Amino acid sequence: MRAGTSRRGRLAIVLGTMALGGCNHHQSVFAAFGEEAAGINYITLVMVAGGMIVAAGVAGLMIWAVRARPGALSLRGGERLILIAGGLIPALVLAALLVFSLPYMRPRGVAPADLRIDVTGEQFWWRVAYRPSDGTAVVSANEIRIPVGRTVLFRLAGGDVVHSFWIPGLAGKMDMIPGRTNDLPVRATRAGRFRGQCTEFCGLSHALMAFDVVAMPAEAFDRWLAAQRRPAVASADPGAALFLRHGCGGCHAIRGTAATGTIGPDFTHLAQRATIGAGTLPNNEAARLRFLREPAAVKPGARMPAYPQLPETEARAIARYLGTLQ
Amino acid sequence: MIGRLHQRFRALRVTLWTLIVPPTGWAAHFLFSYLWAAVRCAKTGRYVDAPAIFWGGTAAALLVILASGWIAWVQARTPGDHPPHEAGTDSDRLRFLAYATLLLAGLSVIGVVFTALPVLFLRDCR
Ligand code: HEC
Ligand SMILES: [Cu+2]
Repeated sequence: MRAGTSRRGRLAIVLGTMALGGCNHHQSVFAAFGEEAAGINYITLVMVAGGMIVAAGVAGLMIWAVRARPGALSLRGGERLILIAGGLIPALVLAALLVFSLPYMRPRGVAPADLRIDVTGEQFWWRVAYRPSDGTAVVSANEIRIPVGRTVLFRLAGGDVVHSFWIPGLAGKMDMIPGRTNDLPVRATRAGRFRGQCTEFCGLSHALMAFDVVAMPAEAFDRWLAAQRRPAVASADPGAALFLRHGCGGCHAIRGTAATGTIGPDFTHLAQRATIGAGTLPNNEAARLRFLREPAAVKPGARMPAYPQLPETEARAIARYLGTLQ
Repeated sequence: MIGRLHQRFRALRVTLWTLIVPPTGWAAHFLFSYLWAAVRCAKTGRYVDAPAIFWGGTAAALLVILASGWIAWVQARTPGDHPPHEAGTDSDRLRFLAYATLLLAGLSVIGVVFTALPVLFLRDCR
């Protein structure tokens, strides 16, 4: 291999990867869909620009210092240069950048009428409960929908160990700590499907603990939430009975049926979600079958038992039935 | 009056302990700020309704640091041996320690101000 081309090739790969990074529209601070993330984006730009101006100034001074004749500065002049360029100006520039950035640390105000969404981090999935101001709760999991243009308060907790909740395009990240709640108020500015991720190592499948975020126009969101309140429609599907017979309902709830478990994700409207296993597999019959057969093969350390003993027809029937839970 | 004071300052002993007075003031203020915010939020749940204690603590820290800086500034000008003041004599050692204290005081003032600035902007405990 000739060194010249390979070095140029490597450079092209590095620059190309960086450029392609700009194409990430579903999980990136630079593709903001919320006011908080837009603010973070903006102060990042100002800080980087400020840092570059300071760096350019320092580089200029260094070039001048290397080129200057000996004795170009008197003792007094040199001391003054150090005091002003080395002490006063850096202190003032840093103070200005600090004062500029501090207002962004103020969290958005929340009114009692604003929608609250309780999210609890569990190994390795997300428990979600929508709590509109009327006091009811709508339980779901692994996908979060929010209305565009309205303030939403995320109330975050840890169910077992410490997790961290981060939707890069929406807001900064915040830890989910067992035994306490952290509040994260946000406001989405444009509709779309985005992605969030656990950002605090929480066990073997930490990297497979993600979720979809759907920002919807406010009226569409209200209709969706009203529909979410409905229990699942009673079903004569053979899978429904098998689901109960094999004990899945001890961990998974399907509202309106005898399945009321709360150890695992709620399945009442499972078919509406785009993924299963907290953003790990697409939500289709083959993937559901694969997951319930051996969860740990999909997600190492997953807190669900494997079902290798289920007859193939019954496992399939359950996987198909879960796909009818609209 | 000031001249007398300067005489007094020069008579004070300068040691490595006096050198660390300004950074120690900065560190104490830093700790105080965190404790103050944590205790306030834990007890009242509200952030700045009476920041008088905080500004009092900040003023005290600045006072200690500025006083130590002023003393150091005077001591660093103690007349004695000849320039360039880098021999191993008592007077040169004093000047060196005092000058280092003065620079540390400058840094510590900036540190305390930067630590205190967020209180002007933050409004609640979240
Ligand atoms: C001991 C409790 C438990 C039992 C019993 C159980 N599960 Fe689970 N299940 C879980 C947990 C916990 C998860 C979350 C795993 C993860 O994503 O890390 C899960 C996840 C799933 C998922 C992915 C769901 C999603 O929203 O991403 C499916 C599908 C599933 N289980 C099906 C079943 C079926 C079918 C049965 C019965 C044959 C069953 N489970 C029995 C605890 C259980
Ligand atoms: Cu995690």
